[in-house]
Amino acid sequence: MYTFSNKLRLGSFIAMGLGFIFLVIGFMSAPSTVEEAKAMVAVHDDGHGGGHAEAVAESHGEEQGHGASEAHGEEHDSSHDEHLLQQLQNRPWSALYVAAFFFFMIALGVLAFYAIQRAAQAGWSPLLFRVMEGITAYLVPGGIIVFVILLLSALHMNHMFVWMDPEVVAHDELLQGKAGYLNPTFFLIRAAIFLGGWIFYRQYSRKLSLAQDESDDNSNFVKNFRWSAGFLVFYLVTESMMSWDWIMSVDPHWYSTLFGWYVFASMFVSGITVIAMVTVYLKSKGYLEQVNDSHIHDLAKFMFGISIFWTYLWFSQFMLIWYADIPEEVTYYVARFQDYKLPFFGMLALNFVFPLLVLMNSDYKRINWFVIMTGIVVLFGHYLDIFNMIMPATVGDQWFIGLPEIGGILFFGGLFVYWVFTALTKAPLQPKRNPFIEESRHFHY
Amino acid sequence: MASKVIQALYNDDDVLMHAVKKVRAEHHHIEEVYTPFPVHGLDKAMGLADTRIAITSFLYGCLGLTVAIVMMNFIMIEDWPQDIGGKPSFSYLENMPAFVPIMFELTVFFAAHLMVITFYLRSRMWPFKKAENPDKRTTDDHFLMEIGLHDNENELADLLWETGAVEVKVTEKES
Repeated sequence: MYTFSNKLRLGSFIAMGLGFIFLVIGFMSAPSTVEEAKAMVAVHDDGHGGGHAEAVAESHGEEQGHGASEAHGEEHDSSHDEHLLQQLQNRPWSALYVAAFFFFMIALGVLAFYAIQRAAQAGWSPLLFRVMEGITAYLVPGGIIVFVILLLSALHMNHMFVWMDPEVVAHDELLQGKAGYLNPTFFLIRAAIFLGGWIFYRQYSRKLSLAQDESDDNSNFVKNFRWSAGFLVFYLVTESMMSWDWIMSVDPHWYSTLFGWYVFASMFVSGITVIAMVTVYLKSKGYLEQVNDSHIHDLAKFMFGISIFWTYLWFSQFMLIWYADIPEEVTYYVARFQDYKLPFFGMLALNFVFPLLVLMNSDYKRINWFVIMTGIVVLFGHYLDIFNMIMPATVGDQWFIGLPEIGGILFFGGLFVYWVFTALTKAPLQPKRNPFIEESRHFHY
Repeated sequence: MASKVIQALYNDDDVLMHAVKKVRAEHHHIEEVYTPFPVHGLDKAMGLADTRIAITSFLYGCLGLTVAIVMMNFIMIEDWPQDIGGKPSFSYLENMPAFVPIMFELTVFFAAHLMVITFYLRSRMWPFKKAENPDKRTTDDHFLMEIGLHDNENELADLLWETGAVEVKVTEKES
């Protein structure tokens, strides 16, 4: 049995506390009136305000769907200021949402990986099942937090999802056309169905997995196999819809047909990375003696492969839009090229070039500390990926990685570590009666 | 120059693996093992050095990438400038997304083909080459281990019979 080390527990509490304080400061310092917002931007923007503001004003109409198509000459300035206020008010919310979603998505990615191992009846991985089950335990609090944030958005506490604002929809024909699907009630019902399904599978599969330890036949194992295969079908559809709902709809005019896959690749690689990191950590503390370098090697191969897969999807999405150059599609990337140069291209370097070069060598994939260091970089890269998906639509050029963003990472990171490692203490780290445990123990490459 | 070798035939890959380990433990130098299919772990048991084909693969990939860049730059930018996707920038860098599929494909193409050719050459296989295979049965269901002889014929033959060989013979070998 694993015991949660006091140092790690303390660390997670400190991270949560600090993160909470940073988030509160972020929320407190958001402006509440247009004048405050203008003053804040004036302080920051001295000198290079002119051309900048113009570019932003231009991108609003198309991107945010403020009904600017009937641009009212003199009213434009004041609607721009109003928009600036909303962006600044959105910032702490977006920081909270990006971090909450990022850590939730890690647990969801691990759940998908776990279900695939179960459905494929993989022989190498049963030794890692308890680690995966520990990580997916975060699905429950993480999912609830994301749902609460979505609920608060639907209650107009922020303007992250512009289509939730009836004022905006009233002036926007495209959104009126989509209102049958994109309306707050149906949106929340869908979110509840997705989360309910995922959490149900997680809890039930965990129950069967623990029951298998004590049973004297393989019936629980077989049941788990069936449920996992069923879950994968459910997940494939719901994950895609979730990515449209929770992420793509912040840019309600824009759409991409492979967005679900793209988000999936991001969560899958982050999840596998976290499995590898937690496994290496537990091994370094003397647990999981049976896990050998070949298991780590396999996880690192997945990290490498799925990083390339992510790049493939990213590029497929980008190239088609770049090539066709259709105004309503290309604004998505124009906003990122203009205002998000560093996080946008930095993300490509971290998520593609770095793992490609660093994890290419077979021997490096077996070096435990090397996998940890690479994992940290990959995780940061995929945080930036989510950042780039949400922020351009919600805060525009007012982004910054400051207190609220770091606070969000610290708070949810701390909660994640606390929850995952608490879950790990609940059951023996090595499954006892999994029929493939022998194969997993002797796994070597 | 002809040299004397001893050849032992086996009819099971497990027996062969144990035999290889035993012969190596007695400090005899195994020159070659002929098998009808790749036997997992045989290279390690024989003490062969790790393959360096991965390094050549990386270098060939870099070569392919370079060829793609130079080629597309010449064809699409310099020799006959093209207006790509309605963006007449005539710059390689700004049109790069259009070339990425080609860059990727040629990287893979060069790495794969040159790696196969390298592997064949390194294995001394080329067109019209006479087969080195000493016994036809190794293409069917037998495994053959070949050891160089240095006036220790009887001792080695005994050892090989002991490891479960189904046939042991001494021959001259051209080299």
